[in-house]
Amino acid sequence: MGQALLLRPKLSPTEKGARLFFLICALVALGQMLLIMVFLLGEAAGLFKTTSLWDFLFSSQWYPTYDPPEFGAAALIVGSLAVTFLSSLIAAPVGLCLAVFLACLAGRWREWIKPAVELMAGIPSVVLGFLGLVVVAPFMREVLDLPTGLNILNASVILALMAIPSIASLGEDALTAVPREIQDASYALGATRWETIWRVTIPAAMSGLSTAVILGLGRALGETLVVLMVAGGAARIPGSLFDSARPLTATLAAEMGETAIGSPHYHALFALGVVLFLLTLAFNLLAHWLGQKWRKR
Amino acid sequence: MILTGFSQKDRKARETLALSVIRLVAGGFLAILALIVGYLAWRGLGAISWEFLSQFPRDSMTAGGIWPAILGTFWLAVGAMLVAIPLGFGTAIYLSDYARPGPLLTIIRLGVNNLAGVPSVVFGLYGLAVFVGFMGFGRSLLSGCLTLGALTLPTVTAAAEEALRQTPASFREAALALGANRWQAIRQVILPAALPGMLTGAILALGRAAGETAPIVFTASAALTLAPPESMFSESMALPTHIFNLATNGSHIAATLPRQFGTCLTLIVLVLGLSLIAIILRARLRKGRKW
Repeated sequence: MGQALLLRPKLSPTEKGARLFFLICALVALGQMLLIMVFLLGEAAGLFKTTSLWDFLFSSQWYPTYDPPEFGAAALIVGSLAVTFLSSLIAAPVGLCLAVFLACLAGRWREWIKPAVELMAGIPSVVLGFLGLVVVAPFMREVLDLPTGLNILNASVILALMAIPSIASLGEDALTAVPREIQDASYALGATRWETIWRVTIPAAMSGLSTAVILGLGRALGETLVVLMVAGGAARIPGSLFDSARPLTATLAAEMGETAIGSPHYHALFALGVVLFLLTLAFNLLAHWLGQKWRKR
Repeated sequence: MILTGFSQKDRKARETLALSVIRLVAGGFLAILALIVGYLAWRGLGAISWEFLSQFPRDSMTAGGIWPAILGTFWLAVGAMLVAIPLGFGTAIYLSDYARPGPLLTIIRLGVNNLAGVPSVVFGLYGLAVFVGFMGFGRSLLSGCLTLGALTLPTVTAAAEEALRQTPASFREAALALGANRWQAIRQVILPAALPGMLTGAILALGRAAGETAPIVFTASAALTLAPPESMFSESMALPTHIFNLATNGSHIAATLPRQFGTCLTLIVLVLGLSLIAIILRARLRKGRKW
């Protein structure tokens, strides 16, 4: 130990300063994460002076402006999960098809289509929400004979539209990372192109593909503007595809602006923020875990 | 094997069917994307004129232009980068060149990675509680920039670290072998090699910051301002919130519809333009790289 200390060259002041500076940058970045958690939890704690955790999570009576107010978030949580789940039913198959197409079938078109798809992933969500509002909603109202066209189905379609490019892009990365040799081996055994894709390439890329889908879903769960503009906004537990819903993110964006800082409603909204934070954290951990699990096999 | 049960004809038919379905779904989705972009361009171009881009809104926003919103989005995005680039690049350099494996590195990595998954509306809450309330900046450009900076920090950091890690180890070793200390090696050898890649990531983050709505709704945005923002403590209009306000609030939703399309197109051109620059830069970089 003493020997090692003697051998280590003396650090110059600039070297020490640079090291300190970069360490501080990293600690500030880490501090952001801690600050977010501290402030979310701290501001949310105020709610539980008046509302029990049980009522908050399992009552669907969300009447924040009544006297006395009621803060039951069950309908909002169910709303978030409903649009996320439904959008995944559209986004996962389409996104994965697009990934397979890009990785295995597109040939030289790939270098044009992939950047285009990635570019589309960057369309601001407010623009897609706007399209849901002025194009999809009137269409649904006419065709399905509904009162507004602002419902879970509309929100799910638009959310899927957002999630598909990121699922496709990440999925394509996973598929192209599969070693050439094992696919060639499959062809050499006489397998057709589809048999090779289905039985060799996709199973080998499973880790990356499942991560891609879960990350896409996490994005849909945290998306705000789309559900705020097109999900309808009723704080009830939805019973059908054509019911209106009020997901967590939409509630936050709609109500935070009109709430006095420090009021019970303000604290309740932060508690919703904590729920949202934990749900997305769960999705990210699941994606990470799935990635690890498949890699091991 | 499993395949022996099928005749050659069956296998051929399955092949054709499966590949056709995939091509059809992929092609259909690409067509929908093209349709969306085409529709927005067609409806948006009808509204855009020099007057629309350069004037303040008039007559309950049914006339005039969106200049203050463009200006606000510009300042918000640039300010966010002023926060995220130094911090993100610094963190990336620490992670790639200084940190030794250990609990501190694990915690920092975990924190930064999880920050990337936090929904943007939660950043809005954070900005409201910390910058608007706790630090007392109020609803202002400054609060908005800090919130968007926090939001884009993980993206900037991840891209910068990726670029730093792609510089070959031999660069570092050669510099250190010549007697450079770590900081000299970083500044004179590694950063020049990695900087274009790091900046590409930053441009992508800039585009994202410009298009975000939820984080600025309660930290920076005003529905209407009649003068350009005076300082970083004034609230400001922004393109995404302008679209949202015109489309959902107010009493002239139908009358302002063309202006909503015009604002959408302006925002898309801005955001996709930035992303396009980054993608082209990245492609050039990969081709021109000598290692």
